[in-house]
Amino acid sequence: MATSWTPDRPIVQCVDVRKSFGALEVLKGISLSVRKGEVICIIGPSGSGKSTLIRCINALQPITSGSIQIEGIEVSDPRLDKLALRRKVGMVFQQYNLFPHKTALQNVMMAPIHVLGQKRAEVEVRARALLAKVRLAGKEDTYPGELSGGQQQRVAIARSLAMRPDIMLFDEVTAALDPETVKEVLVTIRELAEDGMTCILVTHEMNFAREVADHVYFTDRGVIVEHGPPETLFTAAKDERTQRFLSQVL
Amino acid sequence: MQAIGDWFQQLYETTGLNFSVFYDAYDWGRYFSGLNMTLLLSVTTILLSLVIGAIGALLQGSPSMLLRLPVNAFVVLFRNTPPLVQLFFFYFGLGTMLPAVEAAGMRVPLLSNVQWAIISLSLFAGAFNVEIFRSGIEAVPRTTLEAAEALGYTRLKAYIHIVLPLAIRVCLPALNNNLVNLLKTTTLAYAIAVPETLYAVKQIWSESQNVFEMMVVLLATYGILVGVLVWLMHRWERAMNIPGYAR
Repeated sequence: MATSWTPDRPIVQCVDVRKSFGALEVLKGISLSVRKGEVICIIGPSGSGKSTLIRCINALQPITSGSIQIEGIEVSDPRLDKLALRRKVGMVFQQYNLFPHKTALQNVMMAPIHVLGQKRAEVEVRARALLAKVRLAGKEDTYPGELSGGQQQRVAIARSLAMRPDIMLFDEVTAALDPETVKEVLVTIRELAEDGMTCILVTHEMNFAREVADHVYFTDRGVIVEHGPPETLFTAAKDERTQRFLSQVL
Repeated sequence: MQAIGDWFQQLYETTGLNFSVFYDAYDWGRYFSGLNMTLLLSVTTILLSLVIGAIGALLQGSPSMLLRLPVNAFVVLFRNTPPLVQLFFFYFGLGTMLPAVEAAGMRVPLLSNVQWAIISLSLFAGAFNVEIFRSGIEAVPRTTLEAAEALGYTRLKAYIHIVLPLAIRVCLPALNNNLVNLLKTTTLAYAIAVPETLYAVKQIWSESQNVFEMMVVLLATYGILVGVLVWLMHRWERAMNIPGYAR
């Protein structure tokens, strides 16, 4: 099922994705596609289904109908090899969700050792390099509880990158941060994007979206209202809902 | 050592307080082997009950009804019945139904009374540990588990590397209590003639006619044993303390 994918096809392809929680339909037919190396931002009011969508992309939540393909792997396939999927897709959460009983370095090293069975010495070299990359050299032996929110979030990014994913999902990763630490996390994400990582971000940082995104999707009440390159969407939105949302947040 | 023996001998001669275990080599030998048996029972049942608790709690959180049901039944059964009755059930009930085996030319039961005591007490304390671990597991944030899932952890691996280490920290005080209780409950093995401390001391006082003195020794012995266990548990608690992690 995963063999037919080639890099010229979208790396993420969602077709008419629907998701209901009981009687409440949160996603009402979402279609989008992301090419390798692209950075896309999903924006929209709270409760519009943005987070649910990216949680569906790495199968943290099952979809009700439709199709999501990651490098040709069908996420809604009941025989889905979740491990294979999650090796390709990294995810960073709003609340960092670091493992509090492990140091920063251990947090980054754990999954490659436990999940991929890689050698500790090799993983450690890579983990140290990743922590340096997110500007946390010197914090290797610090526990999450001793780090600021922004530092924790960068450890979380390094932890995801240690699995060498093809795609990174960011779920409102700056929403829980102090304003002064938001920037350091955004800088890290921007560098990732510049390195050619495929990124899908759910964000409320409109300026950031405008700056780094190749494509911006505006969602409202479970549908994609409108999408386009940021320069078009942010300055010449066609839909009245998009215009109203942008006028409130910009 | 000789001085201690002399002092207790002197005490007996002057006051009539007969702490025979401290000057009589034979009584001391019986007491000491009883103490060893108590330590053997305590250490093995504590370790086994922790394993039972950890496995039980993992199965109890399983999505499969088929796994959850037996664990719940086990917990209810062992929590709702007296430990002495359980011990009798295993030793006199199940023990007599098992086939005997040939050992050194003699027919002996498949499992000895010591082995039955270990099995019975481990299951009894294990049932409580299941519930204690469960309370700890429920305190681990769902989002922490989700992060593990997103990194490709299977349920079992996440349980071993993330959930259990965090859960143990939360439930240590409750676990502490249960293990202290378990250590004291090992005296029940007396009832199936396991020569542990209570059994040995009872033998000594029947022969040396020093019930009161041996009672004092017995109480002091358990007081000290539990003290050591609590001290070890607190050290463990401190060793597991995570800098900057407030619950």
